[in-house]
Amino acid sequence: MNTRPFLGWFVSPAGLVAVGLIAAMLAVFQYSVRAYVPGSLEVGGFTWANFEAMLRPLYALAFWNTVLLCFETAVFTLLLAYPLAYALTRTTSSALRSFILIVSVTPLFLGEVVRTYSWMIVLGNNGFLNSLLLKTGLIERPLQMMFTPGGVVAALVHVTMPIMVIMLAAALSHIDRNYEKAAESLGAGPIRIFMTITLPLSMPGIVAGFSTAFAWTFSAFATPQLIGGGRVATVSTLIYQLGFSSFNFPFAASLSIIGLALSLAVIALLKKAASPLERMAGTT
Amino acid sequence: MKHSPGTLLLRWSGRILVAAILLFVLLPGVVVAISAFNDRAILQFPPQSWSLRWFYRVFSYSDFAKGFWNGLTVTIWASSIAVVVGSAFAFAIHRYKFALRDFLEGILLSPLIIPHYTIGLGVLILASQTGVGRGFPLVIFAHVVMVLPFVMRSTYISLENLDTRLELAASSLGATPLRIMFTVTIPRLIPGLLSGWLFAAILSFNEFTATLFVSSQATQTLPVAMYNYVREFADPTLAALSVIYIVVTATLLTIANSFLGLGKILNVDAH
Repeated sequence: MNTRPFLGWFVSPAGLVAVGLIAAMLAVFQYSVRAYVPGSLEVGGFTWANFEAMLRPLYALAFWNTVLLCFETAVFTLLLAYPLAYALTRTTSSALRSFILIVSVTPLFLGEVVRTYSWMIVLGNNGFLNSLLLKTGLIERPLQMMFTPGGVVAALVHVTMPIMVIMLAAALSHIDRNYEKAAESLGAGPIRIFMTITLPLSMPGIVAGFSTAFAWTFSAFATPQLIGGGRVATVSTLIYQLGFSSFNFPFAASLSIIGLALSLAVIALLKKAASPLERMAGTT
Repeated sequence: MKHSPGTLLLRWSGRILVAAILLFVLLPGVVVAISAFNDRAILQFPPQSWSLRWFYRVFSYSDFAKGFWNGLTVTIWASSIAVVVGSAFAFAIHRYKFALRDFLEGILLSPLIIPHYTIGLGVLILASQTGVGRGFPLVIFAHVVMVLPFVMRSTYISLENLDTRLELAASSLGATPLRIMFTVTIPRLIPGLLSGWLFAAILSFNEFTATLFVSSQATQTLPVAMYNYVREFADPTLAALSVIYIVVTATLLTIANSFLGLGKILNVDAH
């Protein structure tokens, strides 16, 4: 008797998709070591020139800026998402629970363009915040918030919040509440309970959320492109510009390979840095 | 139970903090809604006069209508293919051991961390090398790759919660594997498959970065059409479209929440 019925039928379509994905990634690798022929979509022979060009300050700076932007975004997102996730899992009112869930999750399904556009209206020179501050007399001239790294981070935090809330809430909801009750009955105050029990036990969620936020921000294109307006250069905006303005696909390919390697390295580093914390929480 | 003043203070500052964060999340949506009804083409707060004309423009601007139908075509194909391919594969990795199992799983989950512009660029280069045109199949393939991890995850979770004794019972009563599959396993997986499809469809409909790379003028989806609009015009048409978007999405999610339990789908429910 066949103990694995349908195995071939179930695996081969997925195998085909995997082959397509591998081929696409290999195509990027292959293009990254080909010469750029200006004015043509054809590529030239083998060369390391694309990777050497990346050592130039302009590109090195873009990589550094992107990593910094992702890091800032992930930190602020974590700080804002944690209280929401905590409230979501701990509130006893089911109406409030549904409200927090819908409000924090809806943006996830709106897509990057809608959310970025709404931040352009909030941050613009005659946008909402500037009008509010001018009307109340707090400022005399509009603050420049569009086309600044700060504006990009604010919008990116908003874009990344839902996924962080979901991951933190998943971790928080799986904590056994009896630990907290035991600590309370032994006389520990709420702050102490949070710092010594809840926070360490939610560490896996924090690590997962932080690295996902980092990876998503690294991948973000519409937000840095529209809010940064070309004045905040990131890896994603450079790749698009190289590919579609100058048709330098080989260089765009090599940039995206270094970008991929860099984001994988940072995520691996985050996981490694967090593992002593997770061991402390006794979850590994 | 009595609380000390310190605990009460902590509790209230926690509530105010959560309210402030919710305000931050809601702010852009509220601001967009206000500016969508602004009569003037230039941004102004508070608007001096109100009108619905930007909503009319949303429906009369042909790129949006075309983008909507293109997006719907791509979404329905991509999420349906992803559900069939992804849940079959999730079933195989849940039940069987086979050659290359972990390798295949790793490859198919990798789009979760590969930047979407890398996927878009790769598919675009592959298409130009193999001479495949930039038609719908190309966009659909890119979308299948990107939503597959979510479908796999949702089916895998449903399989974890499935009681396999029912299948054993059917088998001991003489049912063939094919019959068990269609009368026992698949019917009981339907909620998981449906939520996986819905999740994939929403993600695919809104995917922007990779689509920008692989679509052409003829296949551009709604987010790409919207992006092109922002770069060309500054009037509130996009605000009006955003309002429609937000209302439709929030309504769909509220329905999904009351029927399927969003908390369960997203795995944030307490156990």
